[in-house]
Amino acid sequence: MEFKNKSVFELKELLEKKTVTSVEMTKYFLDRIESLDQDLNAYIQVSDKALDEAKKADDKIQAGEKGRLLGVPVGIKDLLCTRGIQTTAASKMLEGFVPPYSATVVEKLQSEGAVVLGKLNLDEFAMGSSNENSYFGAVKNPWNKEYVSGGSSGGSAAAVAAGLAPVTIGTDTGGSIRQPASFCGVVGMKPTYGRVSRYGIVAFASSLDQAGPLSRTVKDAALISEVISGFDENDSTTSERSVPQWSASINESLKGKKVGLVKEYFESKLHESVQEQMDRAIEFVKEAGAEVVEVSLSLSRLAIPVYYMVATSEASSNLARYDGVRYGYRSNFDEKPASSLDDFYERNRGEGFGSEVKRRIMLGTYALSSGYYDAYYKKAGQIRRLLAEQFQKAFEKCDVLMGPVTATPAFKLGDRISDPLEMYLNDIFTTSANLVGIPGMSVPMGFSKEGLPVGVQLMSSSFSEQVLFDVGSALEQRADIWKGLPNGY
Amino acid sequence: MATKNWESVIGLEIHAQLATKSKMFSSDSTAFAAGDNENVSPVSLGLPGALPVVNKQAVELSIKMGLALNCEIREVSRFARKNYFYPDLPKGYQISQYDEPLCEEGFVEFYVDGEKKKIRIERAHMEEDAGKSTHHGGHSLINLNRAGVPLLEIVSGPDLRTPQEAAEYARTVRQILRYLDVCDGNLEEGSMRCDCNVSIREVGAPKFGTKVELKNINSFRFVEKALEYEIQRQIDCKESGEEIFQETRLYDSTKNKTFSMRSKEEAHDYRYFVDPDLLAVRVNEAWVSKVRESLPELPLARAERFQSEYELPQYDALILTQEKALADYFEQAVKKSSQPKATSNWVMTELLRMLNEEKKEISDSPISSDHLAELVLMIEKKEISGKMAKQVFQEMWKTSKSPKDLVKALGLSQITDESEIEKIVDKVLAANEKAVEDYRSGKTKLYGFFVGQAMKESKGQASPETLNKILKARLDS
Repeated sequence: MEFKNKSVFELKELLEKKTVTSVEMTKYFLDRIESLDQDLNAYIQVSDKALDEAKKADDKIQAGEKGRLLGVPVGIKDLLCTRGIQTTAASKMLEGFVPPYSATVVEKLQSEGAVVLGKLNLDEFAMGSSNENSYFGAVKNPWNKEYVSGGSSGGSAAAVAAGLAPVTIGTDTGGSIRQPASFCGVVGMKPTYGRVSRYGIVAFASSLDQAGPLSRTVKDAALISEVISGFDENDSTTSERSVPQWSASINESLKGKKVGLVKEYFESKLHESVQEQMDRAIEFVKEAGAEVVEVSLSLSRLAIPVYYMVATSEASSNLARYDGVRYGYRSNFDEKPASSLDDFYERNRGEGFGSEVKRRIMLGTYALSSGYYDAYYKKAGQIRRLLAEQFQKAFEKCDVLMGPVTATPAFKLGDRISDPLEMYLNDIFTTSANLVGIPGMSVPMGFSKEGLPVGVQLMSSSFSEQVLFDVGSALEQRADIWKGLPNGY
Repeated sequence: MATKNWESVIGLEIHAQLATKSKMFSSDSTAFAAGDNENVSPVSLGLPGALPVVNKQAVELSIKMGLALNCEIREVSRFARKNYFYPDLPKGYQISQYDEPLCEEGFVEFYVDGEKKKIRIERAHMEEDAGKSTHHGGHSLINLNRAGVPLLEIVSGPDLRTPQEAAEYARTVRQILRYLDVCDGNLEEGSMRCDCNVSIREVGAPKFGTKVELKNINSFRFVEKALEYEIQRQIDCKESGEEIFQETRLYDSTKNKTFSMRSKEEAHDYRYFVDPDLLAVRVNEAWVSKVRESLPELPLARAERFQSEYELPQYDALILTQEKALADYFEQAVKKSSQPKATSNWVMTELLRMLNEEKKEISDSPISSDHLAELVLMIEKKEISGKMAKQVFQEMWKTSKSPKDLVKALGLSQITDESEIEKIVDKVLAANEKAVEDYRSGKTKLYGFFVGQAMKESKGQASPETLNKILKARLDS
């Protein structure tokens, strides 16, 4: 039986009806990873515990126990700690690091019976938009292997697109779920900041990071979001709000709903295929009964500089713990002893981190330095608050904002790696949601002439994820491309 | 060279370990003397992905101390990251409070040589401790048991003018911490630390001089000694035309000297910013009121009450209120004895001497406040003499028994019955006829001999007053 293009709901049904066991299903995906991933490079490591977990899930199914994901295989971005399974953040710094604890997200998935297939590739410490910054090599785009998968959750997106996992967990600090989802033609959901616990997720930028699902369908994304959301006593920034049953409440009729188009997003130069898919999306939401209105977010042009100030500043502090003292990479001091404590740090960190990580640590350190703090970090914080106000105003006029995820479809491997600024501009449409803390979703719409996927982005006000799933489902139904897999998969 | 008239300007930063069971941001134990690296978890090890969560008890204890120091309690205060690299700092930053501390603008009052001083408190903020490094020649070891232990840093204004004042200020802060059970104030175990900022200027100069920070001071005596040394060093510098550098100096108590640790050129840029992992600490009026109501009477107020209510000298009142338990003990005893000054004398001399000698806390005193009161009353009623009472006190200390029982058991009650003493005197005079003759013929020095013999005969129980009266009458008749 083929499971590669099935949704989580379809797989659940097969498991519940005992048409297939979790062990069979897990083995199916593990076999596919073994035969297809060498080239794609979506996984950093496959879990040797997967079949044991699947066996346990089967026992539970036999015993009549329930679980929202009982027996369903999932892939985890290698930024989330998994007890007993190497967690690297795609960095030489953490190669071989086996955490003694699991992220809350992983615990929640496992407590619902999910089976962890393995750990997925990413840009080192989630810093990048193409997955080319991984110590373990770039992830390729399954639709065309000369192209990037996007990043930083490139492995999570490519694995779902190629049918190497039915659903995966990614993290999104400035677009790291939504952008690769768009590039690979899958659904990517970033919940409201505070919905999902960050405990056990290697921190990049604490005030922006949020985990979420990458999946084949919007309804799957809703289900996984339900499972991983909720207050966590180990993360003070999680919300105590109750988590709605989003997947059971999806309403595809958009009658009475207002979809806002951000004027400024359409003033920038969009690739013709992106424009084309946007136009289709606008037609689709109208068809579903929504009213389309124009809104203005004049400060969104500052989202990129503000984002890079905030994200790098927080990162410079978050990554200070990787010093080679307690765990992680340590230079060979037997061969050449350290001349001083500074030398010890410089060698561990100089050799352990990749160049993009070092660039961002330096940027952030500079922005927080005395004499520069007011001009950079503090100013960024002020603009961030103003931007949040503008978004709030926009949501008085509409229920959901719709726009592009990126200005272009996936670009070629190596094309932008030497130009960090060009690479950073990738995030122009996605960073605002993180800065403001609102939920955002990327939904696959169609393909470019070159056959590369293009998605559209939806954003709503904080804690109103339901409207994203409603509009997303209406679009998905009309685009009708989710069953398709790239050639060779 | 003519010596100018210098004055010193001193401010203290006191770090007090908050008496919580668990750490500032994790559930790890704060127990002292656990094995190396036992009180740790992903949070205090700084593992990837670990997050801090504020210990509410630590906030409450900090509010308590803030109120006792007459501080304003901020409704919204924030935690900030202080970034620097050190091997025993697991996250590469310390979580502290920066420009929005919990407690601000308070003051504390205390006496120095009978004069009341009022010293401003600039702020008191919460932070976590680092771990501990020990260096062993070619390698260093790190113990992270202390990493994350909650501290309250209490910063005084630059209001202290002499080393003695500084030490007295530190003692007062410690006293309040202990009154409130906010911190055990143990300097040797490191649950309290004291850094001193000191500069000198000519008397009347409008500006402060360049300040030097002194660290590694682990007793109040050394606060005084280190400051005395450092002030003299700075005066010598100035008078020989040398510059004073802003720097951190370590105090070496065995040499009684301060040594430069790091200069301003190497000073860190800590790159403070609000910790995005933590929400603002919100303290509403109801919480503050609740904590305010729980505050005990504070030491200075209590000392002043002792002076007025019990008519004790200030000296007594200050000593008796040093520790809450001691003041409680005293008040319990006075309730029974109704003899404040006599009770005070017994507590301050005999009881405190014994406690000091045996390094005991008042809570460990083998003599209960009731028993001490009983002893004071027996003296008052002349049931025993003061001299006997000291003997009884020693027995009470050894056995924890009541003075009444001990007096009975040891046969120590005072003989005041005149006819009984007359019998004793007559017996002594009869046994020493030669001496009586000598006395009567002018050798009056022998009087002491007769007193001694009579006391011996009475086993020391004769009331000295009565004995004197009768003996004099008999001999001189």
